[in-house]
Order: sequence, then C-alpha cells, then structure tokens
Amino acid sequence: MQAEGAAVSGIAVALAGGAIRGSIPYIFVSLGECLTEKSGRINLGMEGVLLMGAMTAFGISDWSGSPWLGVLTAAAVGALLGLLHAGLTELPRVNDVAAGIAMIVFGSGLAFFFGKRFVAPMAPQLPVIDFGGWSSDPAIHSALRISPLFFLGIAGAFTLHYVLANTRWGLRVLAVGDAPEAARSMGISIRNKRMVATVIGASLAAVGGAHLTLYFPGIWSEGISGGQGLMAVALVIFARWSPRRCLAAALLFGAAQALGPSLQTAGITGYYHLFNASPYLLTLIVMIASCSHRKTLTGMPGALAAARG
Amino acid sequence: MSAPVLIEALRITKAFGSMRAVDDVSLTIRPATFHAIVGENGAGKSTLVKCLLGFQSSDAGEIRVDNQLYTMASPGDARRLGMGMVFQHFTLVPSLTVAENLSLARPDLPAIIHWDQHHSRIAEFLGHAPFKVDLDRRVAHLAAGEKQKVEILKQLYLATRILILDEPTSVLTPAEADEVLGVLRGMVDAGKLSVVMITHKLREVMQFADEVTILRRGRCVGHAMVRDMTVPRLAELMVGESKPQEEIEKTTPVSSSGPALHVRDLEVRGDNGLPAVRRLSLAVNPGEILGIAGVSGNGQKELVQAIGGQRPIESGDILVGGRNFHPSRNAIRESGLFTLPEEPLQNATVPGMSVAENLALRKFDRFPIAKAGFLLDRVALMESAREAIRTFSIRPPSPRVPIRSLSGGNVQRAVLARDLGSGDARIVVVSNPCFGLDFAASAFVHNHLMELRNRGGSVLLASAHLAEVLKLADRIVVMSGGEIVYETLRAHLDMSVIGRHMGGHAAA
Repeated sequence: MQAEGAAVSGIAVALAGGAIRGSIPYIFVSLGECLTEKSGRINLGMEGVLLMGAMTAFGISDWSGSPWLGVLTAAAVGALLGLLHAGLTELPRVNDVAAGIAMIVFGSGLAFFFGKRFVAPMAPQLPVIDFGGWSSDPAIHSALRISPLFFLGIAGAFTLHYVLANTRWGLRVLAVGDAPEAARSMGISIRNKRMVATVIGASLAAVGGAHLTLYFPGIWSEGISGGQGLMAVALVIFARWSPRRCLAAALLFGAAQALGPSLQTAGITGYYHLFNASPYLLTLIVMIASCSHRKTLTGMPGALAAARG
Repeated sequence: MSAPVLIEALRITKAFGSMRAVDDVSLTIRPATFHAIVGENGAGKSTLVKCLLGFQSSDAGEIRVDNQLYTMASPGDARRLGMGMVFQHFTLVPSLTVAENLSLARPDLPAIIHWDQHHSRIAEFLGHAPFKVDLDRRVAHLAAGEKQKVEILKQLYLATRILILDEPTSVLTPAEADEVLGVLRGMVDAGKLSVVMITHKLREVMQFADEVTILRRGRCVGHAMVRDMTVPRLAELMVGESKPQEEIEKTTPVSSSGPALHVRDLEVRGDNGLPAVRRLSLAVNPGEILGIAGVSGNGQKELVQAIGGQRPIESGDILVGGRNFHPSRNAIRESGLFTLPEEPLQNATVPGMSVAENLALRKFDRFPIAKAGFLLDRVALMESAREAIRTFSIRPPSPRVPIRSLSGGNVQRAVLARDLGSGDARIVVVSNPCFGLDFAASAFVHNHLMELRNRGGSVLLASAHLAEVLKLADRIVVMSGGEIVYETLRAHLDMSVIGRHMGGHAAA
C-alpha cells in the first residue's frame, strides 16, 4: 500500500518537474507565435527557428564557453529568420502559410548543416536554480532543478500581456491584426507592425530552442525539437491568443510530454511509446476541436479569420 | 474649442486613367453648416471628399482655408484644420473596447497607457458628448447603430470641427438615422461643427441639410440651398436627362393555391457558432414577393444561405411545392429555386472565370452546351453568352474577360441573366440585390424581380434597405434577433410600427 503511494507521488513529482522542463520551449515558441498572429500573420516556420536556435545556442556556448552568449546569439539568429519570413511575406502574392512551410525546411536544413560538427560534444549548460535543496528525496531534488529560462518565460508571458493591453505599440499591433483596413485609415503602418511582431516572435522562439540544447542533458541532435515548433501553433489556438493562457497551455503540453518518461521512472514501462505520443495526441485533439468550420474562435485576430475564410 | 473654418475646394479635377472621376467641381463648406453631396454610384462623391481630405491628390484645382491657399498633401494636413471623416465601412477594431478604440485614434497617445487616467479623461469627454456608450464594451458586441455612434464620437474626441460622413446611415434603422443626424444637426446649430454628408437618401437631405451639391458622372450639376429644393427636382438632377427606366407594376394578384416555398421551424447557426436563425417559419406564395425587412446582422444572411445550401441547417424543414428540399444540382433544377446571395462576385460567381463561363454555370452540363452529356461545346457556350450579354446589356460586352473585371452593377446583371434570363426560375431567394448599385441598375434588378412575380413566380427578398422592401413586397416580415417579430401586408403598413420592430424595441 505504502509502496504504491510512493510510486504515485513519485510519478506526480516527476510529472511536475517534467512539465516545467518540457514547457519551456512551448512557452517561448507560443509567445512568439501569439505575438506574430496578433499582428495578423501566421509564422508556421517556428519549427525551423526552434532548430536554428537550438543549434546556434549550442555552437556558441561550446565555442565561447558562455551559455548566456549562446542564448543571445540564438535570439539574434531567430530575429534574422523572422526578418526573412516577414520580408518574404511582404512580397506580392506570397502567402504567409506557404512561406512558413518553406521556413521550416530552410531553418531545419540550415541547422542540420551547421550542426553536423556538434553532434558529439557537450557544450556548457545554463546554470540551474535549485529549489529542491530542502528535500532529501532525490526525485524531488532533480524535479526542482529549474532552468532560469522558465522564469524568463513566465516574465515574458506577463510582459507580452502588459504590452498588448497597455502600450501604444501593443494596441496598434492588435488593430493591425484585427482590422487592417481600420488601422490603415488611422495611418498605422501594417507592414511595420507585422514586420516587428514577426521578428520579435521568431527571436522568442529561438530562445525556446536554446533551452533544448543548453539544459540537461545538453546535447545537440537533429531530432531534438520533435515538432514542438509546430505543436506550439496549435497551442496558441488552444490558448485563444492570450499570452497568459499560453503559459498554462505550455505547462499542459509539457506535462503531456513528460508523461511517458515519468511513468518510466516509476517503473511503468508498458505502452512507453504510446505515452510519449501524448503531446501529439493533444495537438490532434486541439486541432479537431478548433477547426470546426461552423464557428470562428473568440479571440482570433480578424485578419487570420479572414484569411482562413 | 475653436469654431470650424471656411473651406473652399475650387475647380477640383481628378482622373483615373482616361476616366475623370471628378471634373472641375467646386465645393464651399461654410462654417457651421450642414452640407449634403448627392449623386448616383460612381458620380465622384467619395473621390471629391478624399481629395478634400488629402487622402488623394487632385490633378487640378486648389483648396482655400479662410480665403488662404492651402496645400492638402496628406490626411495629416486636413487633421490639423480639424477635418475628419467617417468612412462608409467601419474603422473600429472589433476586438478592442470602445475606450481602447477612442484612444487608438489619438495621435498623442502616450507610449505607455495608464488606463485609469485615460479612462477618466474619456469619461469626462463623454460627459459632454451627444451619445452615450459603454466604454468597456467590445466593439464586436455593439450593434451597427452603436458602432456608427462610436465612429462619430471618435471624430469628436479627435476635436474634429469639420465632419465628413460617407453614407453614414446605410447601416442604421430610420429611427437611428434620425437620432444620429439630429444630434449632428444640433451641433451645427450650436456653431460647433460643420458637416458634409455624402448620401443618396433624399429624405435625409431635405430633413437635415442646409445646402446640397449634386454630382453626376464627375461633374457638378447643381448646387442649392435645401429650402429652395424639392425631392423630385433633386432626383431629376441626380439621374439627369436619361429617363429613369420605366417601373413594372404589379399586374396579377397573389395566388392562393398554397405556398411555393415553405420554411418550417428553421434553426441555423452563425459564423460564431451561436444560433442566428431561431425556429423561423415563413411561406411564400406563387405570384408573391415576401420582403424581409430588418437591420442587417439579424439572421437574414444566414437564412438565405441556409435555403441556398451554403450553410448547414440545425433543425427544421425547407419545403418546395410541399416536398422536402435539399439543394442538390438536380433538386435546384427541378424545383426552379434559385438563390441570389448578396455580394454576387464572391458568392454567386467564380471571379477568375470568364463572363461566358459564369453565365453557363447553371447549364454547362446540359444540351446544347454539353454534347453527349460531358463534352463542352465552346461555340455553343459563347453563343449563349453573347445572347445573354445582349439581352441584359452587360458592359463591357466581351464574354471572354474574367467576371471580376466587371463593375458591381454588371456582375449583378450577369448573375441575373444567368438565373432569371432562362425562365427556369420559379422561386427566387434574394438578399440585398442592389447593394452598391446605382439608380438605373437597381431599377433593372427590381423590374426583373417584379416580372418574375407577375409571371406567377415567388420571390423572397431580404434587404437592409427598407425602401426596397416597401417598393417591391406584397407582404412584409421584420426579422430581429433571428426571429420574425412582425408581419404585415404591404397595404396595411404602418411605418412607425415597422421601425420599432426593426430596432428590436417592439412594444410587448
């Protein structure tokens, strides 16, 4: 009886720790995507940005010995990719969804190409903040070794919420995304607002990528993102385009991702691969639930609704 | 608070290619007057005020402000003079609140907004404002009339002294229109505001304006004080020498042989997933035009789409000749039930296909255009298209051009040619058929609907223009909130009762 209780609490602790760990890329990518979509544009290329961020952060950290420099460089590379997407989409007759898919291929190809030499070594990792010192339980200990990026992500969500609700720039981004014609009539430049939103959005997503390679176990591999960049797009829909709800949704996706490994630590190994598929399953459920053509989603920026017909 | 200035636009000309949209037109806006600009579609009204506001540069002519020459290079220049415009389409952001929308328009909006301070500032402004609106409501939840009020409030909040309105009452009920224009009239009388209103509603001109300028095909054909004007004279000036098309009268009585189209307890959801049509029942008899009046957005669009098969039905039945109707290609052909949705270019044509192909959409798979049931005979297709173009005078008369290159009126003509020209139509469901059309084109559409009625056909006409419903219908129902809230025969009509029901303020 007691053993069973310990197993359950063990799973819970592992799940909580895994949720926090796993949520970080989701938080950053979804915040970036949320901002981009709020301006009325979809950047499906986040998967490519995530991989480029992961590879860049790893390479720079390895080369300079400073993981924080790796994070910053990743953010800069992300911004460049965002600029490329924004520039492409500004061209006449270029569709943002198609440009995004091209960016997935381009970003991941570039990341794999430059990442070839990094497959073996281990780069310096970001320091972790240890919240589990009070406990003697090694499981709790390891679950509460939290990356500082998690707190940056939380701060990012609240900051983005504040910026959208309480600043001139944020209000104008919302106007451009929800009613471009109205924004134009007020003399707001649609192109500028979307450009800046896409660049910042991609930059955030690249920071999410940095977490993938600069946190335990801290290695670079081509399969490292596992489609999280694409799943984050579904997550934004699930969060109804609200930065704070993105945070909660990211934790949910993180938990789904941690389900398989947590059960494994508790010794439940049956259906391991099935449990590992849970974030994909969750994405599928979200997409089916939200893609009913009968309704437009509340919170959806008007320009996106119009584009989807 | 400064008084409005005198604005003179002298001999303005603006051409688009070889077409002179505005040709040598002068306009004087005297301080604290209400000036109406009337004219048909394409008469150059909008272009003229856009030149006046610096949204477009004029090719010739000058603008004087208080007798000084003034360069109106950008909307900002007009703004500095206190000129502001309420456009035909809403320029509000639906997902933001009224307060956020009002703030967004201000050029002096600070980089970081302290909402409590800002809020009290707006509330103070609203204290003196002519309309009351709830600042914290999202614009998406406002009715069209309230949105129009917010548009005007936005201009007043921007300290506009010369307010230019482009068809401001097209989305309002008559009562709402009177309220809004009455308030503006009051501000003009108080010397706070000059108003320039573009309209085609002559009643509003006569009731509210001081002066009127009449444009026709880009030229100014008349200018007068309203007190020296009459409605017939105004209409004559607007339409010009070309005699307005003769109107077809109702010649036959409504048949009593039982309904041709019967809608029973219909429930349909809107785009937002919420019920848009609620347990609605109606019947249209042969030889009858049933008009659906109501402010747009009360379920008319969804109703028409549901009957036409463009929108799934939650529950209820659509019966044609007593039998259940499912809009398949065969059922449409057999029943002769055709739907003419609003915005025909998007909803009733394939914009990229040629006029000829669009004209053949209902019959391309039948003899004589289809040979052996599947081969398309291009010669026959062109032949039938040329004939339709001739009988319905579609301009330009070239069957090969993509239909989206046609003007709105000609797209509507092409759709009518396709659906009514063959004589196969027995029941027609039509929604805002004259939206964006001028006098002549509207009369053309109306005549065809009337002709169908006189032939014993049935017409279900949903229109946001009450005048159109009144002109055509034998019987009128008012739709509000997805339900029919009132029904009357045309002959027993009481305008004030209709207006009350349209506004959703029916007496219990």
